[in-house]
Amino acid sequence: MENAIQFAYVVSAALFIFGLKQLGSPDTARRGNMISSIGMLVAVVAALLSQGIDYTWILIGVAIGGVVGALAARLVEMTSMPEMVALFNGSGGIASLLVGAAALDPENNGTFTLVTIVLSILIGGLTFTGSLVAYGKLSEKISSAPLMFVGQQVVNGAIVVGILGSAVMFCMNPADPTWLYVVIGLSLLFGIMAVIPIGGADMPVVISLLNSYSGLAACAAGFAVNNNILIVAGSLVGAAGIILTQIMCKAMNRSLSNVLFSGFGSGKQDTT
Amino acid sequence: MVPAEVFLTFILLLSIFLGFELINKVPATLHTPLMSGANAISGITLVGAVGLVGAVDDPDLSKWLGVAAVAFASINVVGGYLVTDRMLAMFKKKEG
Repeated sequence: MENAIQFAYVVSAALFIFGLKQLGSPDTARRGNMISSIGMLVAVVAALLSQGIDYTWILIGVAIGGVVGALAARLVEMTSMPEMVALFNGSGGIASLLVGAAALDPENNGTFTLVTIVLSILIGGLTFTGSLVAYGKLSEKISSAPLMFVGQQVVNGAIVVGILGSAVMFCMNPADPTWLYVVIGLSLLFGIMAVIPIGGADMPVVISLLNSYSGLAACAAGFAVNNNILIVAGSLVGAAGIILTQIMCKAMNRSLSNVLFSGFGSGKQDTT
Repeated sequence: MVPAEVFLTFILLLSIFLGFELINKVPATLHTPLMSGANAISGITLVGAVGLVGAVDDPDLSKWLGVAAVAFASINVVGGYLVTDRMLAMFKKKEG
């Protein structure tokens, strides 16, 4: 049975690759999305066929998430689709964070697994809050103007150092969850801090980049739970998302760093 | 026996190259649907979450984290594919 499940994952990976390829050209795009969704169905059914699974809670979780997702996708206004994608992306990010946290087993995890758990929590967390801020800016629930304050770069630098430090501390003594909570908190904070200085008009590029991150988070979660299909699909999305972000920047005649740090640039122009 | 980490890293490397190659010369009108479609694929975390919930018998913290992960990943998967399909359906109408 285990072999059959692994082969089903191979089929599903092939469907994702084929689907992504077809999504890239207008004539086949809709079929490509369909093929990719069949790939997802194959992977989920295969995962459910693992032996000794308790279905009750899985089905409850899938039912709740499925209904919420379907209603959101059906009811959203045509003009509000990009921010809806941001919300979906955010829920993918928090899912990776939760998988990373749930996979933690201090007695049995090796260092490699611990590092991948921290990565899936870190990337998943910043994807989650970053996507929420992107959603807020696009839907005008928060000001879409770049939000700047004095010493912002210093604060961001301190957060990055804090994340790295607490991640190392956690990997050295995984039995104590305190450092893990610090990593979670700082990752969530970092997602907010990374997106608030960017203007609302640049949000599509930011969402594309965050989409790439959520792929990488899924990939890290795949390493944490030792699952091939998460690694394949996650890294496909991660790489495709980065390239797509680049293409979107090029279409606007700008560089990625120009978009990400545009707020800082405009702040400097204002002061001089 | 080569450790599993090495195989997994191999897979990672090849998938990244493949991802780069797949997205080439995409017309600007397809940027948003492609982003949305790729986003739906990142909901693959669902498979990892299903495996975790299935593996844990006791209703302890890990299990509840896993169930929450299943719910959030399902939002990502179901919503992501449906919204992408809606975007692409809109396209066809305009062209036709």
